[in-house]
Amino acid sequence: MKTKTWTLTRRAALSLAAGAMALSAAATMPGGAAVAQDDPLKVGFVYVGPVGDHGWTYQHDKGRQAVVEKFGDAVKTTYVESVPEGADAERVINQLAQSGHDLIFTTSFGFMNPTVKVAKRYPDVMFEHATGYKRADNVSTYAGRFYEGRYPIGVMAGRLTESDTIGYIAPFPIPEVVRGINAFTKGLHSVNPDASVKIIYVNSWYDPGKEREAAETLVAQGADILVQHTDSAAPMQLAEEKGLIAFGQASDMSQFGPNAQATAIVDDWSDYYIDRVQAVMDGTWESQDTWGGLNSGMVQLSDFGPKVPEDVAKEATQIVKDIESGDLVIFEGPIKDNAGEVRIAEGEAASEEDLLSMDWYIEGIDAQLPKN
Amino acid sequence: MESFVPFIVIMLGAATPLIFAAIGELVTEKSGVLNLGVEGMMLMGAVSAFAVSITTGSTTLGLLAAIGAGVLMALLFGLLTLTLLANQVACGLALTIFGIGLSSFIGKDYVGKPLDALPSMDLGWLSDIPVLGPVLFSQDLMVYAAIAVVAAVAWFLYHTRAGLVLRAVGESHHAAHAIGYPVIRIRYMAVAFGGAMAGLGGAYLSLAYTPMWVEHMTAGRGWIALALVVFATWRPFRVLLGAWLFGGVTILQLHAQGAGIAVPSQLMSMLPYIATIVVLVLISRDATRIRMNAPASIGKVFHPER
Repeated sequence: MKTKTWTLTRRAALSLAAGAMALSAAATMPGGAAVAQDDPLKVGFVYVGPVGDHGWTYQHDKGRQAVVEKFGDAVKTTYVESVPEGADAERVINQLAQSGHDLIFTTSFGFMNPTVKVAKRYPDVMFEHATGYKRADNVSTYAGRFYEGRYPIGVMAGRLTESDTIGYIAPFPIPEVVRGINAFTKGLHSVNPDASVKIIYVNSWYDPGKEREAAETLVAQGADILVQHTDSAAPMQLAEEKGLIAFGQASDMSQFGPNAQATAIVDDWSDYYIDRVQAVMDGTWESQDTWGGLNSGMVQLSDFGPKVPEDVAKEATQIVKDIESGDLVIFEGPIKDNAGEVRIAEGEAASEEDLLSMDWYIEGIDAQLPKN
Repeated sequence: MESFVPFIVIMLGAATPLIFAAIGELVTEKSGVLNLGVEGMMLMGAVSAFAVSITTGSTTLGLLAAIGAGVLMALLFGLLTLTLLANQVACGLALTIFGIGLSSFIGKDYVGKPLDALPSMDLGWLSDIPVLGPVLFSQDLMVYAAIAVVAAVAWFLYHTRAGLVLRAVGESHHAAHAIGYPVIRIRYMAVAFGGAMAGLGGAYLSLAYTPMWVEHMTAGRGWIALALVVFATWRPFRVLLGAWLFGGVTILQLHAQGAGIAVPSQLMSMLPYIATIVVLVLISRDATRIRMNAPASIGKVFHPER
């Protein structure tokens, strides 16, 4: 999902993993997966970033903590943080499997191939890979429909903007991000067709300085509301400084913008992790593909901020409910792209395929999508 | 004009960490030492400044801590390359990697904590002048400090005896040694100054620009600063112009995107480096120009002849 350099932490992570392996290997050898009834279930987590990144990995680790809280002594969790996506990932996953972990969550897109590879070697160990698409009998995949959260914030932005200009700070022009922009714009234009969205790609998931520069530029161009798909709280801080409104990303950023944050799209993996651990305990675990939206609890909106009036909060809450119940389908035809071509025909809804490969802006976005 | 003023204001902010780091590296290189560890020193400055500011509540102490951390890192580099005579390029790269790791480790407990930004100057009626007010009179203190440091370095290098000695050491350490100048000690001081400035550049990011600490928050600015020194052909005021140019191009590209023009942002991330290569090619065609500014002994290990 994200590529970063973690040169030193990787080494620390590897030696930790090796140490953990050496310790637990003595206890559980030989064999690995088959665990006697009263032994705790061993669950491993592989993270791409540090647990303190206050974003993607932070939220996964909160999921792990929820598992520990729910099952207590019945589970034993291990995590390895800051694992780079590549050869080291395979080693780390292999060590977890070898040291008797029964269920292993690998939480970044780039862990896909290593996970599938290790899973072949350990057919009795169950694997869960986040945001990928390769599955096997012992490999499930899961991801969140984060774009579902972007529709209601679009509606809120449409109600709250005074300059009718929204600034959108995006990382890369990939389908995941474009889908979010389109969902947001649909929500925005459903209540305020005159509002325009200005989009800036900063070419990074995470560069506070550049995110700030992008945010400042957008404000200079008249935006009074900032939306971000990048991970740092820099745009939120700027909104707070200038007395504007912003929407947080991945986790609740209200400590960086106590007045500015209207709400944040929060990734919450707790319920999913608890379910899957329970399934392993019950012996009902099966390989599956989960793409959970608002109704699964994987995607949530955090508490509304002080600048959100009662009626807007109510409206947003209702829209969340409608999306959860299926009464509101975000990408329902007819939908044209911004060149006027019909992309989703009348009476149809966007297929999974359409969503996963979305590389066009919807009608009403006055910008060209940079080709990736 | 309406969007021109905020453009300049944003540009000044974006250029400030680059100016600090590059002017420090310029002095280091003028003494004949190539320290590629700027990124690592900036990160250590950033994390120290943030940690000390949030614990003590004092920005001044935070800035001092950043200078201290930068100097310590630089002295470590000095110990390896000047005293133990290790290869400067390898040690510089190692210093960067070390700084990334160590700053992440130190900063673990400070991720996700908010800090009040350094206040902007409010010079009363001066700040209220249209156009000039926001550009000249309402930045935070460090923006002005960066420009002052450049002027001071330019004066020091070209108008003082000590500056002349420093340049002499960078041109020919053997000649300087023969006349009796303490080459190693002078280089230690230059390297330490480079560390202090890199630390301040990092502190500007974590205290003023985006007041928070996150791992690897400099995101390559140390490398841009290194490129900037070459781009400026080792002249202080050109560092200032170069930093504004690099900052300006970034902001211009963001403006273009906001206006709906599809600019590949990847291309713009390359721009400082492309510009540096072009400048290198251009000045390389004119041998005298290089000889005048580029320190002749840069990167060379100095063994004193007895």
